[in-house]
Amino acid sequence: MEILNASLVDWSRAQFAMTAMYHWLFVPLTLGLGVIMSVMESLYVKTGNEEWKKATQFWMTLFGVNFAIGVATGIILEFEFGTNWSNYSWFVGDIFGAPLAIEGIMAFFMEATFISIMFFGWNKVSKKFHLASTWLTVTGATLSALWILVANAWMQYPVGMHFNPETVRNEMTDFWSILLSPVAINKFFHTVLSGWVLGGLFVVGVSSWYLIKKRQIDFALKSILVGSIFGLVSALLLAFTGDGSAYNVSQRQPMKLAAMEGLYEGKSGAGLIAIGVLNSEKKSYNDAVNPYLFKIEVPKLLSLLAYRDADAFVPGVKDIIDGGYQTKDGLALSFAEKQASGKVAIQSLANYQKAVSVKDTAEATLQKAQLEKNFKHFGYGYLDKPEQLIPNVPTVFYSFHLMVILGMYFIALFALVIYYNYNKKFENAGWLQWICLLSIPLGYVAGELGWAVAEVGRQPWAIQDILPVQAAISGISSQSVQITFFLFLVLFTALLFAEVGIMLKQIKKGPEGH
Amino acid sequence: MITYSFLQHYWWFIISLLAGILAFLLFVQGGQSMLFSLSKTEDERRLLVNVLGRKWEFTFTTLVTFGGAFFASFPLFYSTSFGGAYWVWMAILFCFTLQAVSYEFQSKPGNVFGARTYRTFLFANGLLGTFLIGVAIATFFTGSDFSVNKGNITSQFAPVISQWGNPWHGLEALLNLRNLSLGLAVFFLARSQALLFFINRLSNEVLEKRSRKVLWINAIPFVVFFLIFVIWTLFSEGFAVDPTTGIVSLEKYKYFTNLMEMPVILGFFLLGVVGVLYGIGRSLLSGKFKSGIWYSGVGTIVTVCSLLLISGYNNTAFYPAFPNIQSSLTIFNASSSEFTLNAMSIVSLFIPVVLIYIFYAWRAMEKKRTDIDDVNNDSHAY
Repeated sequence: MEILNASLVDWSRAQFAMTAMYHWLFVPLTLGLGVIMSVMESLYVKTGNEEWKKATQFWMTLFGVNFAIGVATGIILEFEFGTNWSNYSWFVGDIFGAPLAIEGIMAFFMEATFISIMFFGWNKVSKKFHLASTWLTVTGATLSALWILVANAWMQYPVGMHFNPETVRNEMTDFWSILLSPVAINKFFHTVLSGWVLGGLFVVGVSSWYLIKKRQIDFALKSILVGSIFGLVSALLLAFTGDGSAYNVSQRQPMKLAAMEGLYEGKSGAGLIAIGVLNSEKKSYNDAVNPYLFKIEVPKLLSLLAYRDADAFVPGVKDIIDGGYQTKDGLALSFAEKQASGKVAIQSLANYQKAVSVKDTAEATLQKAQLEKNFKHFGYGYLDKPEQLIPNVPTVFYSFHLMVILGMYFIALFALVIYYNYNKKFENAGWLQWICLLSIPLGYVAGELGWAVAEVGRQPWAIQDILPVQAAISGISSQSVQITFFLFLVLFTALLFAEVGIMLKQIKKGPEGH
Repeated sequence: MITYSFLQHYWWFIISLLAGILAFLLFVQGGQSMLFSLSKTEDERRLLVNVLGRKWEFTFTTLVTFGGAFFASFPLFYSTSFGGAYWVWMAILFCFTLQAVSYEFQSKPGNVFGARTYRTFLFANGLLGTFLIGVAIATFFTGSDFSVNKGNITSQFAPVISQWGNPWHGLEALLNLRNLSLGLAVFFLARSQALLFFINRLSNEVLEKRSRKVLWINAIPFVVFFLIFVIWTLFSEGFAVDPTTGIVSLEKYKYFTNLMEMPVILGFFLLGVVGVLYGIGRSLLSGKFKSGIWYSGVGTIVTVCSLLLISGYNNTAFYPAFPNIQSSLTIFNASSSEFTLNAMSIVSLFIPVVLIYIFYAWRAMEKKRTDIDDVNNDSHAY
């Protein structure tokens, strides 16, 4: 039997993270651009204006290039649950597999069927059938996001299940509570809206380039009109769902919230850090070193956002490890208490299996009861020391703050573009056009940072409190994973170059070259 | 009354059906493997790429759905096979990743690597994708070297439940001649189906004639390798499960017995084989017959579905472990809970809706056969 080693866990995480990060370079644009081109085609069908058709077809070409590579990276992600996280796949496959299957049946086939009509059906089906196909393609893509995000949300907030010691896995007991969990709903809207914001930034940025080049003025202004309004509405809703997201984190993943704020010592009436620099001298959660070199904070705002009460106590890293503070479920347990409870749960499972094998029903019943009592801390039984409970604080802290700053910046940018456009001044505002063009990459950065907060912030958990990453992996050698990591890295990077190359050429060619 | 056992059988049927549909849709890969050999001019090559390019997403989506459905209904297979036969699955995934971008990228300016590279990717996907999927499916009958011990989860330092028995992690399947014969059968079947698809869809006499000519040299190896695999499998030992104790044992002629004991499946199996042979045979013998793809397509779906049904039904282990045969996966020990299978069964009622809209969309797009002018006049042509 292969004994676990840190290298295997790290490489498995690295491979999954790399695939997910590449995947997320393409998916958000598919989601955002998809809606924008659908709106444009609707305007074409409604007004009969050929300019709208030209605009639709231009953005559709870019959509197609981007879509293909999103699909390519997506298939790897789905199968990596099995190839690299096989223990996970058994331990929660009864719950986690369902959204993936539904995604295939309900979303992917819709996309695959109607994308073909969308691209090749302009002269083969009626205008309205074509428009319906475009909307259905985007609906399929969005539904696919829904199901995979439901799956992801469940890992962060496992609900609707119970542990069955006979099958040694978690089993679904309530489908609707998984689908409609507040974390799932919020995550879906927050994530899809981030794609819509990127779509807005992309359309406004690329159109600005045409204005800078004094080409395609009419097309560019039309696209900017749709892109900026869509972008602003999306960015405002994104901020709203961002608040919901942080609230959910505070309620269910307090350690992630503490890492997001670099908060080591909890306090009542905690302020929210607007800008801050962490102190690299801070080596341990319980040394007395000040975690910040510099910070500007808004008083009491963290307490207010996290608990809807300006004076509420927000636990820091140290509090979560030491326990003893008041929560709505009573006094918080310390790491040591949870670890002990987790070890009891794991040992009870082992004892239960032994009792069943020798047909000792009384002992099996006793052990099962013990296991059920301690199961909510099952995952802590795999951890050795409290430090393992702390995610990488600088990564989570900076990712979170930069993401929020960028989110605010996008709201301001879209508002400015709408103002200038409304007053017919955008066409001559070269400086603003340049800002719009240069802001496109920032949309991608913000999306990646958001995922870093969500995924790095929940470490060490594959499933919150139930299964840490080291107990979720496959029985393969770390060398094997290293090889596939580099193979995929080279492949995805090469394809990214090709994608960017094609996009740039298509943009240069412009809608008239269509 | 819907029992747990009924649901497990129902879901094994869905998995088998998806595998059948996937085997049919692999004609796209079969066509890709002939991109360079079947066409002589750039126009011909472009026509082939475009006519296949309008269907590739169906194959790809079916593969992904097959994976997702397997995960949801038989998670122990998902964790054991994907995590264990790591290299085979990774190779399959790698070449499908290449395919996903190649249609869209190959003719676009600025694609960095040039059209020929992307077409080579398509060729590689056609060659490896079909062959490796065939080899992987063959292990459902020949077995793989793994063990499953759910007790491992209670060990803090070695908690992995499913362990592969050798460091080759799936590549060892390539050393088994029976696996190879199914791999080659799937490869040549995919090519034969692609030729029937070209005969049906292309409005190009030269390519049609060439397709009929090449059909011989693909159909004959297909039949030979298919027969080798089927006869070998039917008359070799199979992995039987005792329904009361769950103990797995080797049983002579197990798969043949399964066919005999399940006459409906036998009937479908034979009908499927006849359908494939009729579709191919009549296309070979009559220069005017263009509908071969439908007969052989439906025949493929039914045949592959029947083959997988006999690997899992009638108390048989569908993913046998060898030599640790007690670790073998059955539709009973590898399935999801009754609750999940029930919930998923409700979702599966959506499948006919999907099939209806696919049919409707296909009809809307394929009113006439495609020629090079259609490709040249299409603003989104590949």
